[in-house]
Amino acid sequence: MALSQPAPTGISEVQKKPFPIKNIVTSLLPLLLLALFWAEHTLLPDGQMFTKRRYLAESFPFLMGLYLVTFGASFYRKDFHEKLTYQAPLIAGVIGFLMLWDVVTLKLGLLPLPQFPSPGAVIAALIADAEVLFVSIYHSLGLLFGGYLLGLLFGIPTGILMGWFSSVNYWLSPILRFIGPIPATAWIPIAMVVFPSSFQASIFLVALAAWFPITIMTWSGISNVSNSYYEVARTLGASTRYLILKVALPASLPSVFVGTFMGLGSSFATLVVAELLGVKAGMGWYVSWAQGWAEYAKVWAALFVMAIIFSGTTSLLFKVRDRVLVWQKGLVKW
Amino acid sequence: MSVATLEQRAVSPAAEEAGRIVVKDVNRIFRQEAGPDVIALDQVNLEIEPGKFYSLLGPSGCGKSTLLRNIAGLDHVTSGEITLDGEVIDGPHFLRGLVFQQPTLFPWKTIEQNVATGLEARGILKEKGHEVQEYIRLVGLEGFEKVYPHQVSGGMAQRASLARALVNHPKVLLMDEPLGALDAFTRMQMQEEILRIWQDRGTTIVFVTHDIDEAVYLSDKIVIMTPRPGKIQEVIDVPIGRPRNRNHPDFWRIRSHILKIFGFSPEHAESYQI
Repeated sequence: MALSQPAPTGISEVQKKPFPIKNIVTSLLPLLLLALFWAEHTLLPDGQMFTKRRYLAESFPFLMGLYLVTFGASFYRKDFHEKLTYQAPLIAGVIGFLMLWDVVTLKLGLLPLPQFPSPGAVIAALIADAEVLFVSIYHSLGLLFGGYLLGLLFGIPTGILMGWFSSVNYWLSPILRFIGPIPATAWIPIAMVVFPSSFQASIFLVALAAWFPITIMTWSGISNVSNSYYEVARTLGASTRYLILKVALPASLPSVFVGTFMGLGSSFATLVVAELLGVKAGMGWYVSWAQGWAEYAKVWAALFVMAIIFSGTTSLLFKVRDRVLVWQKGLVKW
Repeated sequence: MSVATLEQRAVSPAAEEAGRIVVKDVNRIFRQEAGPDVIALDQVNLEIEPGKFYSLLGPSGCGKSTLLRNIAGLDHVTSGEITLDGEVIDGPHFLRGLVFQQPTLFPWKTIEQNVATGLEARGILKEKGHEVQEYIRLVGLEGFEKVYPHQVSGGMAQRASLARALVNHPKVLLMDEPLGALDAFTRMQMQEEILRIWQDRGTTIVFVTHDIDEAVYLSDKIVIMTPRPGKIQEVIDVPIGRPRNRNHPDFWRIRSHILKIFGFSPEHAESYQI
């Protein structure tokens, strides 16, 4: 023990050249684009008059500072530095696109107003209407999660029962085949009458939209489970309950997840349409309300917020799937 | 030293006493919508003694797998009956463990969870969970407990499926061409493993194979089956001590006897002089 020496570190030091100059140049691209955008935005004469753009002009030094800090911090973590280097061209591309948008709208006035406002106007709308937007987001998320969870809660058991019991399948599959393909949004007039409040009606519609694909894919997943899994489980002493919950269900989970993604997509669509037509709150309602006042900057702002919410929800579901189906890693390419 | 031996033996073979299977006048006919009925088993009678290693040997279509599936309780005889220690078999039971040609591990479970399936299914995982590790050690899969089936080789997967069947302390271990999907080297290695585990556990084994050498190497008794209709031709005793030598004259004598039954020994063979 006393003779033990510290492990030689020479090898790792020879190999160590963690921040190649090429990477550093690449990760500075967004900064360059930001500077270009700033110059373009402040120096070129405006083609459109009377547009609000205070926030965008003021945000440049702040954004550049933020990126510089991130860039500096990346030298402390090699993996973060690599990530930043990887993402930098994309970030630069987004900034470039915004700059182009600014040139085409604010500077040259090539696109008609009020339908196509400049990025500065959209940002201004986003900030000016933040409070209303937050309330709308809160409402939409409530509807979305409430309805979607309800759809899951009914869809998975329905699918399991249909896949397992032929008698349940006999009665339910015609109903599913006949009624399922109707878009949930087509039920809006009926749902608004049947349910005491438009909130409940919307919850029902979103749940219905999610329920159909989830049920179908769970059903198909359960019916396609290889018989040999059941045979093995039965020789190991499995009860019917075990066969359903611990063999059929996990074996069909990959298919169930396909259904949950499809269900999520139609939930979004149903949510927005339900809010456009009936409910007096939420993102869909906000879009139609802004349109009513011809405030297209607000419409664009709302679309931007929706993109964030929906893509965020979708990536959340991806995360859940990767967690649950960790056993598929390497088995299936995704 | 003695402590280590005790630990290795901790999985007591006491539970696997008995294990006598009696197959009586069994017929199994598969009715087909198109074409004639297939007689998979024709008037089969067989008595399998407890603790012995039996092989069911024959070409494909001879009904060996059908017989095994009926002992497992996964198939139903058309007439006749099969009993285990006097009780009529009419469905699968954890005391009759089954190993398929394909490992059929549950891909969503780790090796450890796969081995534990029998205990979990019977609701005794809490009390008997500690035995899972012992069986993983018995089949030589230490260190692979947390690994998923697709990450291990075919031989390792088959070991895991063997451990999964053994964890229930079955009276009878039914093996349906368990080594058929393995390469020749892994196969011989697994034959040794199966013999070692059988000698350690004392479980009755019924082993389906179409490999004559494998049957002679492993079995106490070889049940020769022939197809169309599937029936038992002969039950051959293999009175050779273990470990067996594949090149011993006794081994060759039994081997050539079996070849003759299947008609693979020409009357006037050329004699080679090298």
